[in-house]
Amino acid sequence: MDEVAVEYIRRTVLKIPRDEIMAVLQKWGFLSEAQLQTINFRQTKESISHSVAQLCEESSAGIKQAALLDIIYNHIYPNKRVWSVYHMNKTGKASFFSFSTQVTINFREYEDNAIWIRIAWGTPYTKPNQYKTSYVVYHSQTPYVFISASTLRSNLPLLCQAMVVASNYHNIREMELRSHCLNSLKDIVFKRYSQNFQTNYPLQERNVLTENEDLRINDENRSEKERIHRLNQECFGDGPQPKLDFAQYKLETMFKSDPKWDVLEKKEPFRCLVKFSSPHLLESLKSLAPAGLADAPLSPLLTCIPQKARNYFKIREKSSLHPGSFVSP
Amino acid sequence: MAVLRPFDKLPELNSATILLVGAEGGPQQQLAEAMLCEKKDFNINIHLASSLPLPPERDHLRPRIDLIAFVIDIKSKYSLKSVQASLAYVDVRFFLGKVCFLVTGVGRVNNCSVEMNAIWKLGEDYCSPVIFCELELEGIRVATAQRLLRMLQICAGRVPGVSALYFSLLMRNSAGD
Repeated sequence: MDEVAVEYIRRTVLKIPRDEIMAVLQKWGFLSEAQLQTINFRQTKESISHSVAQLCEESSAGIKQAALLDIIYNHIYPNKRVWSVYHMNKTGKASFFSFSTQVTINFREYEDNAIWIRIAWGTPYTKPNQYKTSYVVYHSQTPYVFISASTLRSNLPLLCQAMVVASNYHNIREMELRSHCLNSLKDIVFKRYSQNFQTNYPLQERNVLTENEDLRINDENRSEKERIHRLNQECFGDGPQPKLDFAQYKLETMFKSDPKWDVLEKKEPFRCLVKFSSPHLLESLKSLAPAGLADAPLSPLLTCIPQKARNYFKIREKSSLHPGSFVSP
Repeated sequence: MAVLRPFDKLPELNSATILLVGAEGGPQQQLAEAMLCEKKDFNINIHLASSLPLPPERDHLRPRIDLIAFVIDIKSKYSLKSVQASLAYVDVRFFLGKVCFLVTGVGRVNNCSVEMNAIWKLGEDYCSPVIFCELELEGIRVATAQRLLRMLQICAGRVPGVSALYFSLLMRNSAGD
């Protein structure tokens, strides 16, 4: 009787919204339809979870089934975790270091060529703790890996090594791209969002008045509004933007002031961090200019986020020949 | 000819024109529509602009402007700045009762970015009335539209015995108490 596994299953069920528990359990497929029918889904979630745990105990559920349920839960609700994107390549020499620790690993393959890998971490001396998990999503035809490391960041190098070996690459590098929305991260790196296209053809004039009422309301800035709209289209494209939570800019530039003030005696870079956060960062950036809150065109530092596939930037001084700043690659 | 002058053009028969400056987008458009819905016995033209100066290419098409209402959104410092920048393009004779400040967004006290002192100072420096409203609520929007319409009637000279200057002094004295 695996009490740890049963308790883990019970806690996973508690995380699911009540109306969807039945669907998730059916996808899981461990409990039979007959068993599922005996659960009363009109109770509180606490009671439902106890019913499910009871049935799992009777059916001798083990860690493997518990892990599978956890994978299915995270596949349906990926937005509860923060995902980072990693890029693998074959340049350079492959180097390995040895490390031994106890882990539980489970795989599940999904239709869109995505392999979901769940890893529960232990230490060389203790069994894996099922509550300390990392997730890896790997699309086999691409060099990109999406990792949600959650608790133990110290195991990250080991995880990266394992990915490199398993997928037959040499090196792995963290792209500075992080978000809660896994699908948007995929959209950005696989270039599935609508991109801007430079059009060299002049837009047709729109002189059509839609209603008669419009004759009495005159928009003085109509041509300006159309210009802003056109610039926005060029920067962001037409379709929905990928969903990002924040953009972070780390400044390592020198403080420039009037030389006679001499504010800082030591010539050290001025450290400053600017973070933009939003429920949907790119859509809010897109609506800044039309709302009259910013001038169009927006700074390229903001609009380059999907193209450069990053939302962490380091801005350093340019080298001595040209004063100014540039974005590190 | 970037500065707006009050008496540069001839008035049109039986009509009046109001210019709403500032707070682009939804609030302006909805206020304009609310004003058009009101019952009135003269023709009304509403011009919307996000800032001054107005584009010069449409100058010959524009009628004489009787009332300028500067719309400041209290949630956005940018709108206050842009209104202050636009004030430089208004001829001084407009400020004898043909200008008013409309401050919107006062329903959301938690999101105030603009200080009340700045608004009061603006009203005092330019000797013009300040009207507070919340354009997102339909009832207040209709009431504000009615007030603006009444002011427009007076500024266009359609109310006998009441001039724009007299009315603005009336508004300021009652607000000060």
